[in-house]
Amino acid sequence: MEHVTSLPELPVGEWARVDRVSAPPAMARRLMELGLIPGTRVCRVAVSPAGDPSAYLIRGAVIALRRRDAAGITLLPDGEEEEVWRPNNQ
Amino acid sequence: MAAQQPMIVLAGNPNVGKSTLFNRLTGLRQHTGNWPGKTVATASGRCTMGGRNWTVTDLPGTYSLMARSAEEEVARDFLLFGGSDAAVAVCDATCLERGLSLALQIMELQPRTVVCVNLMDEARRRGITVDVEELSRRLGVPVVGTDAGHGKGFAELLEAVDEVLRQKPKAAQIKYLPPIEAAIQKVMEVLPEETAGIPSRWLAVRLLEGDGPWEELKKRLGRDIREEETVVQGVREGKKLLAAAGVEGTLLSERLVSCLVWQGEDLAYGVGKGPAGGASGHGDRLLTSRLVGIPLMLLTLALVLWLTLWGANFLSGWLTAGLFWIEDRLTDLFTALHAPWWLHGALVLGAYRTLAWVVGVMLPPMAIFFPLFTLLEDLGYLPRVAFLLDHAFQKAHACGKQSLTLCMGLGCNAAGVVGCRIIDSPRERLIALLTNSFMPCNGRLPTLIALITMFFVGSGGSVQAALLLTGVILLAVGMTFAVSRLLSATVLRGEPSAFTLELPPYRRPRLGQILVRSVLDRTLFVLGRAAVVAAPAGLVLWLCANLHIQGETLLFWCTAALDPIGRFLGMDGVILTAFLLALPANEIMLPIVLMAYLSGGSLTEIGSLTVFHDQLTAQGWTGLTAVCTILFCLFHWPCSTTCLTMAKETGSVKWTGLGVLLPTAVGVALCAVTAAAGRALGLG
Repeated sequence: MEHVTSLPELPVGEWARVDRVSAPPAMARRLMELGLIPGTRVCRVAVSPAGDPSAYLIRGAVIALRRRDAAGITLLPDGEEEEVWRPNNQ
Repeated sequence: MAAQQPMIVLAGNPNVGKSTLFNRLTGLRQHTGNWPGKTVATASGRCTMGGRNWTVTDLPGTYSLMARSAEEEVARDFLLFGGSDAAVAVCDATCLERGLSLALQIMELQPRTVVCVNLMDEARRRGITVDVEELSRRLGVPVVGTDAGHGKGFAELLEAVDEVLRQKPKAAQIKYLPPIEAAIQKVMEVLPEETAGIPSRWLAVRLLEGDGPWEELKKRLGRDIREEETVVQGVREGKKLLAAAGVEGTLLSERLVSCLVWQGEDLAYGVGKGPAGGASGHGDRLLTSRLVGIPLMLLTLALVLWLTLWGANFLSGWLTAGLFWIEDRLTDLFTALHAPWWLHGALVLGAYRTLAWVVGVMLPPMAIFFPLFTLLEDLGYLPRVAFLLDHAFQKAHACGKQSLTLCMGLGCNAAGVVGCRIIDSPRERLIALLTNSFMPCNGRLPTLIALITMFFVGSGGSVQAALLLTGVILLAVGMTFAVSRLLSATVLRGEPSAFTLELPPYRRPRLGQILVRSVLDRTLFVLGRAAVVAAPAGLVLWLCANLHIQGETLLFWCTAALDPIGRFLGMDGVILTAFLLALPANEIMLPIVLMAYLSGGSLTEIGSLTVFHDQLTAQGWTGLTAVCTILFCLFHWPCSTTCLTMAKETGSVKWTGLGVLLPTAVGVALCAVTAAAGRALGLG
């Protein structure tokens, strides 16, 4: 059963996997450089009192993102591995 | 072959301790702080450890060398064209993957790289171990573990750099997906032999992407490589291969980044062992929650201010007693030497007294606040402040990072202005820059403290004063928001930019080191400024107060001329004159007021603040005067250093002018309104 939500909808303290990153090119690249590529596990760590921005745990670092910018990141439930081709590590 | 004086470049992610490393290597004092983006320009120094003679350059921290932010361009261009002989890629032991992705990019541009895994003490504290030998095997370059904060691992690091200078290591390459690799091959086949020392593989990727330092390259090669027929052909064929595999347009950039991230992950796999997850998760949940977040922030501010007030009180007492003792001895000396009255007046009553006032009353708060602030910085609390305040800044169409420049402004407005470089968007950077002077800097803090203590503190003592001072600073913050909103609605209209903020783990602040160094630095700095600015100002003031023209002193003419405006604003001509004369350094404002009132008068001593209070009330000061002076102290033209810095940063007379005009206009408006209201209510 497909249960796709976007990053700002992830409850605090829960993990999920990144499905796709849709954002303007510069922002998308910045997000991916921070480690938000398809298949990455991400957890929502905290929310600002005003509800925006939120802090997310991405590959060992905590990054704060605004709702607007994080909205384009769609998620898959944790544990569901996406088919991703990866180069050999030699 | 390494030159006589090899040039080593330090590169890495923000907030990995690169600047600390730099400071240790060069003995320079670049300002470090535990929040990302602190270093905003390159810094250079000399390393003479162990008999070596290296030039070391510290690049701004970046997340990659591919994106188009100003810092990333600076870092990339320096690695390409800066003529470095070797590089040190600094990583955070607790966040290895990301550091390694960047290390690969650094190695691509400078094969003679040593990977430095820093913050090993933090890693150890969290139970993380790093297998540097295995990592070195995988990367093909030397890898050294260090703890720059405590000076560990330097010998090994320096030896490793020696090694790569001697012999170029077989650095691991960035591996991409097969279609991309094939395309790269196609382009590499057609690239010329001579590419100005730039790795052809890297160049090939840039040609396929279309994004690179073409201008600089054109200068070095003498021609635009993109226009050569063979190259154009090769790139076209490469792109065809990519298109066939479905990699088109922006997808190429995304795939390139993905490959880097994967490779970083693979490299770190099994090398960094320990509990997963960011350690500060729990702490942050509490510290930024709805209930605790903002109150805690306000409490922290109030606490810092209270400590400043309380500690300064003690210090001031001792210092002023000692300094006046010295003044008496100086007077004795001058009397014994039968020195003329005007020499004694100018040098002792003018220059020395003003200096004594600055050192005795203004220095203690500055010497205490700054280290406390640095402590908070080192702890890593400031990004949390940005996290809490970002929403308000969004509403003002400004950047959340402005809260960081705001905090810097509390230390020094000029530093805050330079710090605005951490904001990528030029529009938002300008807003932060123009409003930075609204935050009372370290030099204005003692004035605020003195005025509040003298006029508004009853039996509540230092706690009451601290709360009032907190309120004053919050007023400044509120005004910053308001003016930012105004700017973004009028002359600096535009959309909010993309915003990412890293919240680094809390670090145990190196108490002894930070406090001692900070206190010493600040004290020396203020003393230096006192000698260079305050003493001469006092001298000039004494002269103006004792040179008579047409029956009255120069000072009288000046203050009399400014008196109407001064009174309109709830102050008087003397206060206004003092503000004007305090242009070089805000902390001399109150001493000048005192000197001007005392000039040529019969009062001969500068005592405690109680004495000062009596002298002020004798001159006609009321509570309303104090309020207006406090308001004007908050909102008036920036000091000369800040003005110059604004001019340098903006490169524009127009914007600098606005930066001077904005706080002045707000100050004038507020004071006029307050004065009028006060008079109407019968308070003035």
